[in-house]
Amino acid sequence: MASGELTSGAYIKHHLQNLTYGKFPDGHWGFANDALEAKEMGFMAFHVDTLFFSFVLGALFLFLFAMAAKRASIEAPRGFQNFLESIIDFIDENVRGSFSGKNPMVAPLALTTFIWIVLMNTMDLVPVDWLPSLAGAMGIHFLKVVPTTDPNATFGMSIGIFLLILYYSVKEKGLGGFVGELTLHPFGKWMLPFNLFLEGVNLLAKPVSLALRLFGNMYAGEMIFILIALLPFWIQWSLSLPWAIFHILIVLLQAFIFMTLVIVYMDMAHQKEH
Amino acid sequence: MEQSILFLAGSILMGLGALGAAVGIGILGAKFIEGAARQPELIPMLRTQMFIVMGLVDAVPMIAVGISMYILFAVAG
Repeated sequence: MASGELTSGAYIKHHLQNLTYGKFPDGHWGFANDALEAKEMGFMAFHVDTLFFSFVLGALFLFLFAMAAKRASIEAPRGFQNFLESIIDFIDENVRGSFSGKNPMVAPLALTTFIWIVLMNTMDLVPVDWLPSLAGAMGIHFLKVVPTTDPNATFGMSIGIFLLILYYSVKEKGLGGFVGELTLHPFGKWMLPFNLFLEGVNLLAKPVSLALRLFGNMYAGEMIFILIALLPFWIQWSLSLPWAIFHILIVLLQAFIFMTLVIVYMDMAHQKEH
Repeated sequence: MEQSILFLAGSILMGLGALGAAVGIGILGAKFIEGAARQPELIPMLRTQMFIVMGLVDAVPMIAVGISMYILFAVAG
């Protein structure tokens, strides 16, 4: 625990508060000093910690892969190169299995989402007080380490995917084909409004469920780590170790599901039969 | 009074989420074993598919657990 006089509710809320930079109601820009100020900023607010960690991890991903690609050798592949090649093979296999169209962008997209989400989720396994107390020593009072426990990050990704779905739907089927798919599909043209309602809900549910699933899982995992951190120091390992080991499964599984659903949605956007 | 309602809400949230997912994952596992016994050569493919569906089913109760923990310890506690 950070200090003795904190109640458990305040400790949890403090851990769930993002470092927010935004526009105050009186018009000037700055960092919020508590949760109430962050709430008053409303829409014009940036979660600096989420942006920082997701950019750093994205840069780390690009750096590692670029380094391995530059040093790649056919004669004597070394350990790290083999590891990355096995990841790429695994993703390639998945894309070949569930994507039937022709698009060179889908496999790199799947690789990016998978590795990036794995890296962001893995921040969950860093003990919950280390980075926030380090930041506290440097004068930053709020820090939420895991970007995927912030719905802004997961919705950002899923809305990006949604725009790609719309773009490729229109590109592959034509505007008429896409509108036709939305309006004529389950019940023929005499039930047009009903069809539009069904297909519209179906389309809009994709980004929402994609984002909320990832966010909810990571948020719940983080919540349980924070609750374990409320225990006395000498007993914490007995709960946090098993939960961390179980959480590795969730970290990889949720990244894998996100990637699989991205591939499936892109496949649906490329299918022309209707 | 309000606090006891919050505790009840949190525990009902957790319990009902777990109930639904338990039935769902139970059926999923039973069908997986059935399929594996019928065609053992398909086990790798079935296992991947099972994990995908398990992740989908598992998400709902995990989210319920997270939210109920938040209600129990941060809002009520």
